[in-house]
Amino acid sequence: MSDDIVNIEVDGEAVEARRGQMLIEVTDAVGAYVPRFCYHDKLSVAANCRMCLVEVEKVPKPMPACATPVGEGMKVFTKSPKAIAAQKATMEFLLINHPLDCPICDQGGECELQDLAIGYGRDVSRYNDGKRVVKDKDIGPLVSTDMTRCIHCTRCVRFGEEITGKPQLGTTDRGENMKIGTYVEQSVDHELSANIIDLCPVGALNNKPYRYSARAWEMAQHATVSPHDCVGSNLYAHVLRGTVKRIVPRANESINESWIADRDRYSYEAIYSGDRLMRPRVKENGAWRDVDWEGALAQAADVLKSADQDKVALIATPAVTVEEGHLLSQIADHLGTANIDHRVGRRDVSDQDNDPMYPSLGCSIAEIEQHDAILVAGSNVRAEAPIIAHRLRKAAVAGAAISFANSSVYEYLFDVANYLSGAGLVELLAGVAVAAADGNSLPDSVTELCDGVTASGAHKDVARSLAEADRAIVLLGNIAGRHASYTAVRALAAAIAELTGASFGGLSEGPNSAGACLAGVLPHRAQGGENRVTAGLDVASMLAQAMDAVVLVNVEPDADIHAATDAVARLAEQAFVVALTPFVSDALLEAADLLLPTGTFAETSGTYVNVEGTWQSFSGVASAVGEARPTWKVLRVLGNLVDAPGFDYVTSVDVRDEFVARLGEISTSNAYEASGRIAKVNGADAPANDIDIPLYSVDALVRRATALQLTDEAQRARAVSDG
Amino acid sequence: MLESLEGKQGKPRFKPPFPANYGLYGKPTTINNTQSLASVPAIIRNGAAWFAALGPEGSGGTALFSVSGHVEKPGNYELPMGIPFKDLLNDVCGGVLGGRKLKAVIPGGSSCKVLPADIIMDCTMDYTSLQQAGSSFGTGAVVVMDETTCMVKVLRRISRFYMAESCGQCTPCREGTGWLYRMLTRIIDGKGEEADLHKLVDVANKIEGHTICALGDAAAWPVQSFLKHFHDEFAYMIRNHGRSIVDAATDAAA
Ligand code: SF4
Ligand code: FES
Repeated sequence: MSDDIVNIEVDGEAVEARRGQMLIEVTDAVGAYVPRFCYHDKLSVAANCRMCLVEVEKVPKPMPACATPVGEGMKVFTKSPKAIAAQKATMEFLLINHPLDCPICDQGGECELQDLAIGYGRDVSRYNDGKRVVKDKDIGPLVSTDMTRCIHCTRCVRFGEEITGKPQLGTTDRGENMKIGTYVEQSVDHELSANIIDLCPVGALNNKPYRYSARAWEMAQHATVSPHDCVGSNLYAHVLRGTVKRIVPRANESINESWIADRDRYSYEAIYSGDRLMRPRVKENGAWRDVDWEGALAQAADVLKSADQDKVALIATPAVTVEEGHLLSQIADHLGTANIDHRVGRRDVSDQDNDPMYPSLGCSIAEIEQHDAILVAGSNVRAEAPIIAHRLRKAAVAGAAISFANSSVYEYLFDVANYLSGAGLVELLAGVAVAAADGNSLPDSVTELCDGVTASGAHKDVARSLAEADRAIVLLGNIAGRHASYTAVRALAAAIAELTGASFGGLSEGPNSAGACLAGVLPHRAQGGENRVTAGLDVASMLAQAMDAVVLVNVEPDADIHAATDAVARLAEQAFVVALTPFVSDALLEAADLLLPTGTFAETSGTYVNVEGTWQSFSGVASAVGEARPTWKVLRVLGNLVDAPGFDYVTSVDVRDEFVARLGEISTSNAYEASGRIAKVNGADAPANDIDIPLYSVDALVRRATALQLTDEAQRARAVSDG
Repeated sequence: MLESLEGKQGKPRFKPPFPANYGLYGKPTTINNTQSLASVPAIIRNGAAWFAALGPEGSGGTALFSVSGHVEKPGNYELPMGIPFKDLLNDVCGGVLGGRKLKAVIPGGSSCKVLPADIIMDCTMDYTSLQQAGSSFGTGAVVVMDETTCMVKVLRRISRFYMAESCGQCTPCREGTGWLYRMLTRIIDGKGEEADLHKLVDVANKIEGHTICALGDAAAWPVQSFLKHFHDEFAYMIRNHGRSIVDAATDAAA
C-alpha cells in the first residue's frame, strides 16, 4: 500500500483516498452528496458557510467536509442524524436573514440555496424578528446585485483574489453586518468578471442584461462554441422560443475549465441588435432597395459567372466555419480563381509559403500552465484570448517565469518576469535572439535582423529563463500576426525558440484560423494545405486591383480588415461587391452592391478548429432573425447557381463529412524554416496602435453587444480611438 | 491577530495549519496570551515543580483574578490557583456590595457558564473544581452579581457583546448571535413568547460546535447556562410582559 493512499469509510462503505484530500472531494467522488455553498473546486477552501458539516467518528463536533483532510481509518457519516442536524441548523441560520424573494429572483429554479432549502430547510420559519436589508451595489453593466440575498460564502471574493488576480470584491463590516462590496464604488471589470454570476450560489449576483427576461425552467439549453477567439470556449445557450436569452459556460477542463470570457457571455445581445440585416438588399444607382432571396442569389451568381476568373475575389474572416470554408474554396476552384483569403488581419504575407499547415499554439491549451518559462511576443493576450491569459496567469502563480515582448505595456495581474517594451517588436526580439545565441552563431535567416544588435540585461534574462527552464515556449500573439514585418518577427521568435530549446507557437485570429487554412481559404494553398500551382491574391492585393466581383463572407470592411488600409473606399471602387453579412453598417452600404443577410454563430451549425487543433462542431441554437440564412446554406445555393459540381448537401454535417474525408493527414508541426536571409524592412517595425484590437472590438458581434460596450473597458478603448 | 498584523481583516484563520507551523506571513509563529508568556521567566528561574506547587493538582501556579460586579473591592488580584471562591469574595474582595445577597457568578469571563450562588460558594477557583461545577476557569475574569440583578438583562448585555464581536465569517455565529440578541430584546420589551425560551437554547445549541472559531461557543454557553439556572426569571418576564422578577421582588419588599 502506498503512503499516499489512506483508507476511510464513508457512510459504511470502504473508500480509498489520497492523503491530504479534503473529505468533500472523496464524498463527491463516491457520490455521497454533502450540501455546500462556499466550497468550489476551483477556489481555495474558506469553510465559512458550515453547510457541509458531517459526522466523523471519535470527533465530538461535526466537521466541515470541505476543510477536513482525510486520515487513515477515518469513519465519516454524511447522513447520520448528527450530520443532518448540523446541516439543517446551518440552513436555518442561512435563511433567517434571506429575503426568500424567490418568486421575483432570476436565480429561482437554479439556486443552490433554494435547492438545498428543499432538502434541509423547514417549511415554516421559526424566525420572527426583523430581517436584514443590504443596499445593492452598482458594479457595472454586466452583473446585477441584490445584496440582501447574499449568504456571505465569499466565492466571488476568492474569485477575484485567486482567479483573476484583481480583488475588486471584498467584505466590509463585521458580524451580521458583514457585506460584500467594492470598497469604493466602482465597476468590477476584468475580462472574466461575470463568472461570479455562476459562482454565486444565490441570486445576489446575476446577469444584468438578462434580468427578469425569462425563467430558468422555461428555456432550452443548447451546446455551442464561442466565436470570439482562437480558444473556442464551450458554451451553453439558453433559448426561449428560439431566442437566445443568455449564455453560460459549458465546463471543459481541457479548454475553458468552468470559465468563459465576458464577451463569450454577452455577445449574444448582438444577435438582436438593430443593425441586423433583415432581408436581401441591392444597390441600384446608389439607392438601396429590398429584394427577395431568389432574385438576390440569381444576381450574385450572374455576376460571378460573367466575371473574368482572375478578377473574382473571395474574402472571409477567421470566423468562417470549416463547412463555409469548404464550400467557399470549392466555389473558388470551380470559378477558376485562387483569389480567396481569410487572413483579413495579416499585413505581411511575404513569407506565407513557410507558414505551417495551420497556425497553432505549439502545445495544448491545458499544457500552458505546465511550462516553467514562457515568452509572449506581440500580444495583448488578455484582449486576444482571455482564457489563454488565464492559463498564463495560472502558470505564473505556479512559479513560471512569464515574459512579454511588446511595443506597448499591458497590465498583467501576476508577477511578470520581464517586460520588454518601448521599441518595435523586431528590435525587441532581435535583442533576445542575440542574447539567446550568447556569442554562438544565429540561424542564418536572422543574421541581418540581428546585425549590430546588442542584448541588454533584460534580453539576457528572458533568454536565460527560456534556456534554463525544463519546459519553455515562445508564443506569438495577434499583434505579431498583424505586424507589418511579421516575417521578421516570426523568424526571430522561431530563432529564439530554437536557440533556447523552447517550443514555438502562437495565438491565431478568430475562432477558426486553423479550419480556414485546412479548408483552403488561402490564396497560396488548396484544401489540405497543398501548395497551389499558381498562388492567388492575398486580401490587400485583391483590394488593390480592379476586380469584376468581390464576395465578402461576414466581413465588416471598416473594422475587420487590417491587412489593407482604406478597405471601404477600395471596395467601393470595385465593380460589384456581394456581402454576406448578419449586420448592415454605413461601411457596408458604401462598400457593397448586394447585401445577403446571414445568420450569426447562434443561427447556424458548423465547426471550428481551435488553436490547439481541437475540432468542435455545434448546431444552430436560435431561430433566424428576419430572413437571415445560415452562411453555409447561402453558399450552397450560390454554388448550385454557378454550377459547381457536387453541391447537393442536405445538412452542414454532409459538408463537414465530405471535407474530412478529403482531408489527408494534418500536420501540426510549427517548425519554421525560412527561405534564406530575411532583410530588414525600413519603417516596418514602428509600433502601430491600429494593430492592437481592444477587448470589445474583436468582431462584429462583440462590437454590437450593448452591455459590453457600456463597460469601462470599452469606453476607454473608444476614448482612445476617438481621441 | 496574525491576520491583523498582516494588514488583513481580523478574521479567524482556518486551522490546520496551526500557527506553530504556518503563522505570520507563513512562518512558524508562537502565539499565546500574555499571562502564559509572563509566567515563563519565573518558571525557568524557579523550576516547574515550584510553579506547579503554587496551586492544586492539575492547576499549577497563580492566576490573575479580575473581579468585577457587586463586590466591595473589585480589582485585579494575583492569587494562587485553587483559592476557594468564598475566600476570594469575602477575604480578598470584601464581600458582596452593600452586604446584599449573592445571586450568581460568572467565574471566568462572559463566555463562561454562569453558576448560581449555592454552587459557586462551594467551588475552589481552579480548572477541575469549576469544570465539575459545570462551568470553567476561563480567563479569571470573575463577574459577581447580587440579588438585585436581572438575569435576563445581563444575558441580553452579554449577547449584544457577542453579536457585535462576531466577525461575520461563518454562518452560525454571524446569523445566530443576532438572532439570540433580538429574541432577548423582544422578551425584555414585553413581546416574548413561551416558545422563545426553548428557541433560545435551541439556537445556542446550533451555534455551539458548528463554527470556525470559539466565539460561537462563547456566545452559546451563557445562553445555555442562564436558561438552565434561571429559567424562572425568563419565564416570569415573558408572562408579565417584560416585568423583571427582580423588580417584582423589590416592589413586594417595599
Ligand atoms: S455575493 Fe454571492 S458569491 Fe458573493 S459572497 Fe454573497 S452569496 Fe457568495
Ligand atoms: S462548503 Fe464546507 S463550510 Fe462551506
